[in-house]
Amino acid sequence: METLIFGRLNYHDIPYDNPIIMATLGGAIMLLLVVAFLVWYHGQWSYLWREWFTSLDHKRIGTMYIVLSLIMLLRGFADALLMRTQQALAEGGVAGYLPPEHYNQIFSAHGTIMIIFVAMPFFIGLMNIVVPLQIGARDVAYPFLNSVSFWLTVAGAMLVMLSLGLGNFSHAGWSAYPPLSEKHYSPGPGVDYWIWGLQIGGVGTLMTGINFFVTIWRLRAPGMTWMKLPIFSWTILVTTLLIMLAFPVLTVLLALLSLDRTLGLHFFTNHLGGNLMLFTNLFWIWGHPEVYIVILPAFGIYSEVTATFSRKPLFGYTSMVYASLAIATLSFVVWLHHFFTMGAGANVNAFFGIATMVIAVPTGVKVFNWIFTIYRGRLEFTTPILWTLGFIVTFCIGGMTGVLLAVPGADFQLHNSEFLIAHFHNMLIPGALFGYFAGYAYWFPKIFGFRLNETWGKRAFWLWLVGFYLAFMPLYALGFMGMPRRLVHYDNPLWQPYLVTALVGTLLIFAGILCQILQLTLSIQQRRLLQENTGDPWNGRTLEWSIPCPAPAWNFAHLPTVHARDDFHVTKQSGQAPPSLPYSAILLPAASGLGPIMGALAFLLGFGLVWYLWWMAAVALAGLVLCLLVRSLDDETEFLIPATTVEATERALRRIASSPYNASQVSQ
Amino acid sequence: MKSLSQDLGKNGNDYATEDTHEDLTLLGFWLYLMTDCLLFCALFATWAVLHNNTAGGPSAHDIIDLPYVLIETLCLLFSSTANGIAMMALQRRNTRSLLGWLGLTGILGVFFVAMELHEFLHLIESGNGPQRSGFLSSFFTLVGTHGLHVSIGLLWLLTLWVQISRKGLTAPIHSRLQRFSLFWHFLDLVWVAVFTFVYLIGGDL
Ligand code: HEM
Ligand SMILES: [Cu+2]
Repeated sequence: METLIFGRLNYHDIPYDNPIIMATLGGAIMLLLVVAFLVWYHGQWSYLWREWFTSLDHKRIGTMYIVLSLIMLLRGFADALLMRTQQALAEGGVAGYLPPEHYNQIFSAHGTIMIIFVAMPFFIGLMNIVVPLQIGARDVAYPFLNSVSFWLTVAGAMLVMLSLGLGNFSHAGWSAYPPLSEKHYSPGPGVDYWIWGLQIGGVGTLMTGINFFVTIWRLRAPGMTWMKLPIFSWTILVTTLLIMLAFPVLTVLLALLSLDRTLGLHFFTNHLGGNLMLFTNLFWIWGHPEVYIVILPAFGIYSEVTATFSRKPLFGYTSMVYASLAIATLSFVVWLHHFFTMGAGANVNAFFGIATMVIAVPTGVKVFNWIFTIYRGRLEFTTPILWTLGFIVTFCIGGMTGVLLAVPGADFQLHNSEFLIAHFHNMLIPGALFGYFAGYAYWFPKIFGFRLNETWGKRAFWLWLVGFYLAFMPLYALGFMGMPRRLVHYDNPLWQPYLVTALVGTLLIFAGILCQILQLTLSIQQRRLLQENTGDPWNGRTLEWSIPCPAPAWNFAHLPTVHARDDFHVTKQSGQAPPSLPYSAILLPAASGLGPIMGALAFLLGFGLVWYLWWMAAVALAGLVLCLLVRSLDDETEFLIPATTVEATERALRRIASSPYNASQVSQ
Repeated sequence: MKSLSQDLGKNGNDYATEDTHEDLTLLGFWLYLMTDCLLFCALFATWAVLHNNTAGGPSAHDIIDLPYVLIETLCLLFSSTANGIAMMALQRRNTRSLLGWLGLTGILGVFFVAMELHEFLHLIESGNGPQRSGFLSSFFTLVGTHGLHVSIGLLWLLTLWVQISRKGLTAPIHSRLQRFSLFWHFLDLVWVAVFTFVYLIGGDL
């Protein structure tokens, strides 16, 4: 009876005895309570609910995605700091302060969180904000679905966060290879948290993929032919294609592992006919495209930023497009490079090794295009361009070590070593994260109407860059010295200086993160000073800069017609004032509380499945079906904004007649 | 439902039509079906890897009763045919005929699911449940995932049937029926693949 009601939940599942977890948990709960209290104190709960949580406006949903991502970045980074400190200490007779089973959970959580709940929501947030503005649309193809996707992602992230204080998280690495992740070796709820956190978030991502593919395919402004589509939107189109192709495999993989674990099936067990290599293959058939899913959007951002601040059109636009498509295609034929050592044989390894090296070609094309865009441009050293330059240099190093790893013979030495850790951080931090930071600084004024403080942005950049080199370059050396990854303790005094250097680098990154927090707070305080009246703070080239800052709910009072690539730039060059057209009423998607409600239900569903609370899972599932039914019967899904409101808002936002671009505004 | 697309994008405020909105939904649904198709591909791959891993238990040859599955298959195929005829009735806007053929679609679908469940229960009772071996795990999961899709489709059909008999042929129902019909034919196609690979080739018959 008790198991019927409480599943396998027990009050021992709260880790009272672990002071680190309890302190973190206490801190996190306190922080949440303080924030909740402050919101309540200022009477803002209903505002948040009405204007943000239930909003179907792509710009608001995008902003919420980024907030989620930044919160999760703090968590993921705290994990990294813990690991770095542990490894700096735990040599020889010193055990360090983290017990092995806790350390294993930390690197598993760090990897999962950084990829699934930091990188993914960050670029999905940016694309939510930017894509409809770039293609001249009023919203995405399915605004309601968009809200549901977001809240599913939140539900997945919250499951992972909850594992900190209730039960434990997976100790099987972010890739959760069986047989370790099977019930026999991991009987607790940890791996189930991993499964359901990813599964729920993954479904949200898949729906977002479909949503944005259709949005770009069908909602482009008249005249915007494929070769006039802004390059960021192009990379997003390719990314959504990858999402649609890769994420179903993840769904299946997670479902099969959960069947093994909950119902005792034998897909990946090492007895009764299971095959664990099946897991490894399926995981990387999703996993490799996944790294391109997080990197391609950043490539798009770098392209936009480089063109804008070099004051030149993007060099080799067409080759950029084809390079993205080539990378996407190739990303499906390289997955085996993650397990060269697992017995595929020389010829298979050779094929996948060469395919992997071939990816360097389209990637190299992109790098040269960026460099040629800058070449003889009048480069303006704003924060976004700093991130871009830092990326170009650093990414090339990572790319070369990647080609090194693609040689199967070399990989046999370097597999599962710190060299690999250095390599993929070298790709993901400059390749993805720096790009998102550039995009964050670049498009921030479009949402909030004021720019971010440049000084603190630049300080953050330098700390991140130097910190990155200090934190990860030593790991290449450690890899050559034979240090394996995922070590809680080691017996080699020669490694320690390198690991201490890595800790110093991580502390610099920490300082960089603090600068970013400071930058945001300061910018909010100085928002009058940083206010953006023209709508076009950077002398931009694409349509999103043709509308006011902050962008009004309807984006475009008059839907644009596109005549050229970089249409807005061309219009500005022609010197023609925009024709003053009469305003008309605009129909927009109405807010809906179903998104957050479905997110909450999905969270309960995941929680029920993790803890074997079958009744809760069943109720939540029924609730989700009911929500869909309610939505399909709802006929009031849109509301009309009268022409007078549109006109008044537009006039207010453009209060200072578009003054020509003023360089001194930018570099303050 | 009013048309959102008229204000979303390229069709401007001026020449918006109901069609664009439906087009968007239909395109999205197509893409969903394609991702679903990939989901089945992954399950077929799993089947391909595991179908010989009988772990001393029965093989596909031992457990498959082909005539039984053939009848099951015919149920589903005729269900799809009935659905096709229903869609023709929809074009003629003949509600009564539509409801009749949709009813037949549903009943045949229920037969299919019932037969599949019976097959599963029989296997489990004779000790050959999905826990028995890697082969049976993949068999139950592949066939069962299809069965789950059919069952969800049946629930969907039920809501559509009730809506039609209450409200008649409104525009949203029209477009939902179109999507349902796509879904149903898609499941048919998947079943043809299941029948071929699992029952005919896998069963060595
Ligand atoms: C911000 C600075 C970061 C630091 C200091 C850092 C540090 C670390 C450390 C120390 C490890 C464990 C290495 C080992 O096993 O020996 C690790 C693993 C990992 N990190 Fe990071 N990381 C950072 C950012 C990121 C980002 C941005 C991502 C992804 C977008 C990421 C993804 C991963 C993954 C996937 C693993 C492997 C986890 C596993 O072994 O299962 N990290 N990181
Ligand atoms: Cu890879």
